[in-house]
Amino acid sequence: MKQGSAAVAFFALLAATALAQGIADPRRSGFDDMGTALQAIQRDDFSNPAALWLAEGESAWNRQAGSAGKSCADCHGGPENMRGVAARYPAYDTMLGRVVNLDGKIEDCRIRRQKADPLPHESRARVALEAFVARQSRGLPIVPPDEPNVGAAAAAGSALFTRRMGQLDLSCAQCHEQRAGQRLAGSIIPQGHPTGYPVYRSEWQSVGTLQRRLRNCMIGVRAEAFAYGSPEFVALEAFLMRRAAGMTIETPAVRP
Amino acid sequence: MAAPLVNAPKRVRRGEVFEVRTLISHPMETGFRPGTNGTIIPRDIIEHVRCRFAGETVLDMALSPAVSANPYLVFYVRADAGGALEMEWTGDKGFSASYSTAIVVE
Repeated sequence: MKQGSAAVAFFALLAATALAQGIADPRRSGFDDMGTALQAIQRDDFSNPAALWLAEGESAWNRQAGSAGKSCADCHGGPENMRGVAARYPAYDTMLGRVVNLDGKIEDCRIRRQKADPLPHESRARVALEAFVARQSRGLPIVPPDEPNVGAAAAAGSALFTRRMGQLDLSCAQCHEQRAGQRLAGSIIPQGHPTGYPVYRSEWQSVGTLQRRLRNCMIGVRAEAFAYGSPEFVALEAFLMRRAAGMTIETPAVRP
Repeated sequence: MAAPLVNAPKRVRRGEVFEVRTLISHPMETGFRPGTNGTIIPRDIIEHVRCRFAGETVLDMALSPAVSANPYLVFYVRADAGGALEMEWTGDKGFSASYSTAIVVE
């Protein structure tokens, strides 16, 4: 725990000193490390295949669901009211009494307000709605809440980030901090900032969440992946968002 | 299944060449990949994309299993007369999608 908060403080300090001294931020989005062809796809909203998911998410936003017969728009109004939301999640939810990520909050809304059955994790409809909500925050800096429960989650996430796991006995930090910028096979190892999730990943040929991406890495080091929506993943997400504080939201990003 | 997305200008000048960009959601399963139980996943692709503009066929394209999922196609059309731009995608398993929009030629 102590080590975790120290790591968070270190990154905050790093970012603050970089800004104060006018030095370029050493943090790089995965966008900066990918090829120019993929960058061109991400820059052009129409050629980004995530546009299909955004269109589905928009219709889901306005469609009534569940026995309450309410749509997202009935309570929240236009999607522009969601601007900034993705930039501050994971956040502590007083009703649920725990820290939730954006996906978890949408699921909670769906169950409690719409009185609908939760959608399966990573299903097209679920990812599409999250992508549509997160899209409203594009261009905004990530601002993790300064709240003790989120801080505790981020500290737990930091501990997970540096913990060796799996048969390959690797931690996240060994690749994404110590060896970021070097190559794993032909690919540049990115710093692992969650700036563009849900992303369209060409390896998946679909849009997926940060948790799906984290599971890919865990399976890669031959660890048993945490379950979707588990507290471990929310903690990792909280840590990663603090680590990327101030970086710009790119949702829906494109990644290789 | 999401509706196809088509990006074309609403108004063009006579004789002008304009760009049509299309994106459609489709798995484009090649028919060569084994599934988790070892059997081949049946082919499921979009076979034909057609576009008619003002009643005239301007694009008739056969896609192959080599085309990626969610095919993104861009093509150019010369506007001689205004009318409806009608797109049609057909494929395996009875797949069919269409899109129509009016383009005014001035």
